[in-house]
Amino acid sequence: MPRRRLLFNLLFTATAATAFAADSGPITLLNVSYDPTRELYREINTAFTKRYALEHGKPVSIKQSHAASGSQARAVIDGLDADVVTLAVWPDVEAVAKSGLVRADWQHRYDNQSIPYHSVVVFVVRKGNPKGIRDWPDLVKGDVEIITPNPKTSGNGKYSFLAAWGAVITGGGTEEAARAFVTELYKRTPVLDTGARAATATFSQKGLGDVHITFESEAHLEVDEAGGELEIVYPKQSIRVDPPIAVVDQNVDKKGTRHAAEAYLGFLYSPEGRAIIAKHHYRPWGDNPPPPAAGEAWPAIETFTIETLGGWPEATTKFFGEGGVFDRIYQPAGR
Amino acid sequence: MRSKPATTAASRPLSAVLVAGALGVVGLLIVAPLASVFYEAFARGVGAWWGALADDPDTRHAIWLSLTVAPVAVAINTVFGVAAAWLVARFRFPGRSLLISLFDVPFSVSPVVAGLALVLIFGRQGLLGPTLAWLDWKIIFAWPGLVLATTFVTLPLVVRELIPVMEAIGPEEELAAVSLGASGWQVFWRVTLPNIRWALLHGIVLANARAMGEFGAVYVVSGHIAGATDTMPLRVEKLFQEYRQPASMAVASVLAGLALVTLVAKFVIERRLEAESRDLEAARSLPDSLDHTKVEGAVA
Repeated sequence: MPRRRLLFNLLFTATAATAFAADSGPITLLNVSYDPTRELYREINTAFTKRYALEHGKPVSIKQSHAASGSQARAVIDGLDADVVTLAVWPDVEAVAKSGLVRADWQHRYDNQSIPYHSVVVFVVRKGNPKGIRDWPDLVKGDVEIITPNPKTSGNGKYSFLAAWGAVITGGGTEEAARAFVTELYKRTPVLDTGARAATATFSQKGLGDVHITFESEAHLEVDEAGGELEIVYPKQSIRVDPPIAVVDQNVDKKGTRHAAEAYLGFLYSPEGRAIIAKHHYRPWGDNPPPPAAGEAWPAIETFTIETLGGWPEATTKFFGEGGVFDRIYQPAGR
Repeated sequence: MRSKPATTAASRPLSAVLVAGALGVVGLLIVAPLASVFYEAFARGVGAWWGALADDPDTRHAIWLSLTVAPVAVAINTVFGVAAAWLVARFRFPGRSLLISLFDVPFSVSPVVAGLALVLIFGRQGLLGPTLAWLDWKIIFAWPGLVLATTFVTLPLVVRELIPVMEAIGPEEELAAVSLGASGWQVFWRVTLPNIRWALLHGIVLANARAMGEFGAVYVVSGHIAGATDTMPLRVEKLFQEYRQPASMAVASVLAGLALVTLVAKFVIERRLEAESRDLEAARSLPDSLDHTKVEGAVA
């Protein structure tokens, strides 16, 4: 298949024969997603491919693209041929919608505002938790160094920032206190990677920092891969992560893939899809969410949502916009 | 180049320190990382190494993609490089120095900027976006975009290699051929090309090495679609981030291996180039001995 596609591409460009564009082969969907969902969607894709062939008798193959959520939204806007976007934060899907590729009502097309699973922001620390990190205030004690990606490009980075800010606010702190806290926090961040997965590699494989602020799902993967060298710490409270999904209307209509694309996103709400989602430590939406593994319960954690901080449109401008809070408090290391 | 008497008694300890320092730096910065890539790649045996490369369809595709993108980019650069070098070496025209400086732009511009510039022109919202959408041509986030980005970053390598050689050889032989009634193509194939072939090959080898290894510009225009637009260097990063370090290092070892092959080719070609310039000097000083069969013989 890849070789065929390449030859096809060659032929396509060489002859400029647009007639070839109507490929009658199997349907191929492109899922443009954020950084940490690679393993999740690999398994979802295998299961969905089987299910779709069973139910509709048509072969479908799914290609994946992963990078920092903001960069991915930008790529789709610039012409990356996504059939569906499964991004980390609301502003990224909304940016794609604003460009005209996705219809404005995207949030109402799937249950729960088109958010099929949640996560929470947690800490990953080194074995034995040598710096004694239990909750948010511990992050700015002693010489603790923090790894988290850039909130400008990364959804994971945005949520880490908002979790830190919200932890102060929901604990009764003022905006000034919150600002002082995040200022100190980002002073202790030696590098800001562009995406979640690069930050994970920085912490777990390159060995930088004492604590990695990340999604629960990513934390589990990271700890499982580290062979006992890392541990997860659940802070007392954290932000609920709501990664939204959408069919890219303009692309699926052009390619004639709408039916498969809609079924693909719908699969995320099916019992089979929810079980896979839970297995990868994302918390499926809906009643009685399946556990990550048989006999294992979801750790309880007090959560607040973006609505506590004013909702996405306001928070995006206030915190991450040009000249926003992050721009004003962040000084790259060494300055 | 004239070599000075190498050392005096006083400077001997100093030179020993310098040599040791240079060897240390080369060892630490080049040899050790390269060796560790191969060590990691083969740590679980040749079978595991081969499996990591051959069993994963996305990795196979990445290797195949690099092996198709790089030669096309190099071919474009070869045609362009010869034509451009010939233009600036044989003609004087207004704006010539500016043109030569422009050839170097890809070296001075960050590859990421080059990639973004391509997005700005060929992207959906770019200058040519609406036209391309109407034609239903995919440039960015597809094979042509990868070729464009790779061609851009490797552009100076062939032309920069040829200009000094063509200037050193001078137009005399070409003029002689023309005066004997040779056509343009005959002059090119029988006079110009034989004179520049080693320099050209040198440029091609360097351009190919750079094309295979290009990351920044390709990263921007690739779209990161596994099994479709990930080249070998992008695949190395992706595998590393997916905790598949042995597989990542296996692909890295292929890239490093290609680099080593390049190094050997470069070494052989550089020796040829030196021999050629010696022959050229000999021919200049003794015009009667201008004998191409001799050079041919040296080649074979």
